Amino acid sequence: MKLIKSLMLGAALVASSSFVWAADQFIPLLSYRVGPYGSNGTSFFGGMIDYMNLVNINGGINGVKLTWEECETEYNPSRGVECYERLKSKNGGATIVEPVSTSIAYGILDRVATDKIPLTTLGYGRSDAANGKVFPYVFPLLTTYWNQAAAMVVYLGEKSGGMDKLKGKKIVHLYHDSAYGKEPLPVLEAEAAKYGFELIKIPVAPPGNEQQSQWLQIRQANPDYVIMWTFGVMSAVGLKTAQRNGFPREKILGVWWAGSEEDTEPAGEAAKGYSAMSFNTPGNFPLIDEIRNKVYSAGKGNLKELDRVGNVMYMRGITAAVMMVEGLRTAQNKYGKGKTVTGEQMRWGLENLNIDAARQKALGVSDMFPTIKTSCDDHEGSGAVKVVQWDGKQWVAVSKNWITGDKALVRKLLEESSASYAKEKGITPACMK
Amino acid sequence: MLYREAGQFKSSYETDSQIFPIRQDRIGIALLVLVAFIGVPLFASPYFFSAILIPFLIFSLAALGLNILTGYAGQLSLGSAAFMAVGAFGAYNFMLRVPGIPLLASFALGGLCAAAVGLLFGLPSLRVRGFYLAASTLATQFFVVWALTKVRWFTNYSSSGVITAQKMQILGFDFDTPVAKYLLVLVIVSTLGLLAKNMVRSNVGRCWMAVRDMDVAAEVIGIPLMKTKLLAFAVSSFYCGVAGALYAYAYLGTVEPEAYSLDLSFRILFMVIIGGLGSVMGSFLGAAFIVLLPVILNTLAHTTNISTAVASNLELMVFGALIIFFLIVEPHGLARLWQIAKEKLRLWPFPH
Repeated sequence: MKLIKSLMLGAALVASSSFVWAADQFIPLLSYRVGPYGSNGTSFFGGMIDYMNLVNINGGINGVKLTWEECETEYNPSRGVECYERLKSKNGGATIVEPVSTSIAYGILDRVATDKIPLTTLGYGRSDAANGKVFPYVFPLLTTYWNQAAAMVVYLGEKSGGMDKLKGKKIVHLYHDSAYGKEPLPVLEAEAAKYGFELIKIPVAPPGNEQQSQWLQIRQANPDYVIMWTFGVMSAVGLKTAQRNGFPREKILGVWWAGSEEDTEPAGEAAKGYSAMSFNTPGNFPLIDEIRNKVYSAGKGNLKELDRVGNVMYMRGITAAVMMVEGLRTAQNKYGKGKTVTGEQMRWGLENLNIDAARQKALGVSDMFPTIKTSCDDHEGSGAVKVVQWDGKQWVAVSKNWITGDKALVRKLLEESSASYAKEKGITPACMK
Repeated sequence: MLYREAGQFKSSYETDSQIFPIRQDRIGIALLVLVAFIGVPLFASPYFFSAILIPFLIFSLAALGLNILTGYAGQLSLGSAAFMAVGAFGAYNFMLRVPGIPLLASFALGGLCAAAVGLLFGLPSLRVRGFYLAASTLATQFFVVWALTKVRWFTNYSSSGVITAQKMQILGFDFDTPVAKYLLVLVIVSTLGLLAKNMVRSNVGRCWMAVRDMDVAAEVIGIPLMKTKLLAFAVSSFYCGVAGALYAYAYLGTVEPEAYSLDLSFRILFMVIIGGLGSVMGSFLGAAFIVLLPVILNTLAHTTNISTAVASNLELMVFGALIIFFLIVEPHGLARLWQIAKEKLRLWPFPH
């Protein structure tokens, strides 16, 4: 075995004599390609793998090659924990983990702190984990549920013609009746008190295949806007039921997990004109073209269906991978270029991440996601979102600029919540060196 | 030849009623226990503890709980995950709100909470049976998960609706390493397993089986139906509750109510069906099958050179095919298969 390996290595060296990898950086991928969310997972992890392939084609990170291994989680926490445990010490040890599943993220939340492996949760997970003093190894990069909810209120205010116009308006919060759907409630309630709009909360029991009674209730209340905090099949059914009840979809604003092709395509005509939140600008970017030209034309692309390249979940995968690679780069700049980064060094890299407009341009992702600058206090780094609209064929950006909500309010809630977590767990909040 | 009971005479009532009447079984079990308590902690890797053995033991306990109810007392239930949730959230709240409460006491109290909920939702079993009962236990599943997300007190007003298990500490010793957690789970599971084995061999268990086989006949010979059925619900829920607490404390750490979804209930039911209804050992075999087989398949798939998307789908297909294969070969589960093997071994190498 060893002989074969060394022979192959030798052959590879001869073949690419112009290039020698300095070292390997191992990335565990807790992916899911089967099960109810399999198509989401396939696009997301396809995006991550394509980007990592591209980085390797372009010479790695200062000559450090990215290697990875996938493990199927089926979106099941128990399987996810097994995968994490299996991969965490392989090939020199994992440096970062992104499971794209709330329940798996919770299952490994305590483990990552002991194992010193940073966990990123892009657009999901605990909002209060943005406090790096309490959660040193958790990074809800870009934006959390709370900042999303706050941004929604700002967008609806602008749509009404100014925040003061929200007074007396009726906003329905139609939500997945679970921890996920209830998460934004503290923010929305505080905003309702501040701006004087009426918040009507209507839960839908998962999976939400039947929503006639909820939409009848909405029609009776005749609200100005409906926030649709749904997930999975619930989103498409919601849109269809809204159409059947004659509720204008222009008044519906979806959460970002209800804002992908998987949500709108099944709803067909009923989704046309529906808008949702997003932390990505839809459209084409130089980076995506580069992936098509260098990765897919070389037959190294991860996705079988080419039309998935560039869809919403794929872009989120690319975004996660860009964050990861930039984190590695930042860590290498401090701890030694061309060297493998450890989990602790990666933690520093992610805590000092700074992707400004110039860096985005260099990467070919100008404006694809908001500029991000993290710190110990703020593991989120941005909190800005965009509103996108489904035109029947694709998502287009409605808001030209990135929207941020009332960050001071979110910060206050976040401090309270993380403080009570710290108290329960006996953690003394402090920044890590 | 090796598995012969010739020459093993029973000369007292005690020897006649012991759990393992055959000497070879006793030696086998003693070896197994020794390996589990001493051999495994010496040689296994942390991955093996925290990703394989701990979930296997926890699911075995949950399957055992359901087996008591479904396999022994004949009451079909789809609420096992809900009882696990009650156990976990119960233990969490006792630890949180009663300062200085011992860990094991909070687990036991969590289990008792689950037992109380089990009693309540077991009441319909007095009127309905079979599939209708399954439908009514389904209500438990939805009600419990709903209540845990609705009433914020249960999660100590956590904004994300999740609970984070406190540190596990007994008499000042921290159970924070994988080995320590494994040993704690092993002690609890083996104690409860022994208890269950004895329970099903005693008066209580015989009453359950009588009710399972024909409840009218059981009532005629003087078995109180209400008491027997409700006891089965309470004991089963207690086992599931403790398993749920262990799932939160020794395995996941941070749990949301959705971790105890209907999906988990089905998984536990499949463990019981594949392992063998009405068999303590079957619960362990079934849990091993459902928990370990996908991991083994996944590892195997990774040694070959097929793409991961194909491997993931292949894994599911092989898993499904194996379930069907085993159920066709032996509809009474793996435990029955083991029993047949033992009977053949007795005659080997000279069958009649």
